[in-house]
Amino acid sequence: MNNVSEEKVPILVIGRHPEILATVVRLVNNNPAWNATGCITDEEAIHHFDNQPCSLVLLGGGIPPESEQQLSDYFLSRNPQIKIVQHYGGGSGLLAAEIYEALR
Amino acid sequence: MAQTILHKAETRGHANHGWLNSYHSFSFGSYYNPERMNFGALRVLNDDTVDAGMGFGKHPHDNMEIISIPLEGNLEHADSMDNVAVIKNGDIQAMSAGTGIYHSEYNQDKDKRVKFLQIWLYPNKRNVTPRYDQITLNLADRHNKLQQVLSPSADDAGVMIHQDAWFNLGKFDAGVSTSYTIQKPGNGVYVFVLSGEVQVNNQTLQTRDALGIWDTEGFDITATTDAEFLLMDVPMNF
Repeated sequence: MNNVSEEKVPILVIGRHPEILATVVRLVNNNPAWNATGCITDEEAIHHFDNQPCSLVLLGGGIPPESEQQLSDYFLSRNPQIKIVQHYGGGSGLLAAEIYEALR
Repeated sequence: MAQTILHKAETRGHANHGWLNSYHSFSFGSYYNPERMNFGALRVLNDDTVDAGMGFGKHPHDNMEIISIPLEGNLEHADSMDNVAVIKNGDIQAMSAGTGIYHSEYNQDKDKRVKFLQIWLYPNKRNVTPRYDQITLNLADRHNKLQQVLSPSADDAGVMIHQDAWFNLGKFDAGVSTSYTIQKPGNGVYVFVLSGEVQVNNQTLQTRDALGIWDTEGFDITATTDAEFLLMDVPMNF
């Protein structure tokens, strides 16, 4: 009997549209191997990142380019291995493939 | 020298949800194939059949250029920008999801299915203001010639999208040929056959086959039977 349980991949989702963000988080968490947390503001995202493990960041809709750059710089400065991808589609049929590609 | 990639119809992903039967040219939903992620900016080409009275409930999108081309039946669209419209064969609809929209799509007919192509392109700019566009095309304008149905300019023929992409539809009689010149350096064309058989670059394509072609200025396309096809001219790097 194999008792080894695989840890879920922690995923941080950032997006400015609350309903779309909630949809993305819900869809990501439908996959039992993934554990997503959603943050609307840059401050929330940085606070979460500093206090919880994170393997992948999805940059969702509505984030200004300068915020995307600052967040990416911050995350990479603290974890050079982290994957950061721009999410397209807003919780659509693209989501799973985006995550699979990022985690390959 | 032109580069090509052949996607035969039977190699597409397939999802049958009962009310929705969908073939995916590229990874979508539960279909994931790392070799089939996109053709340049073309990310989604879903060949959908929706049962009578069924449809997609309200759901969100952002940062995608979404094009619907009905092939059969009537599809009702409603969105969070207060657009309500029915699209039918001969129409084309484009929606820039931008910062975010909600929409629904239903087959309002009680006894007829809807068949339509759902096509998504990566936008050339993120977080644009959402917008919606729909036009009715003159079907005669694609008989034995190419009919432009989409472009990046509101002043050009067809619906407008936020990407340097041009779509053309053709309905050719057997034996008719034409030449296509790629619209912009760095673009490629994804040729998708709706019905019949065509030849492109010495490659024979049948119904629902596709050929991606790039690193060329253009190509010839010949209908070897009566045929309908869609040319999607999209940036390969974006």
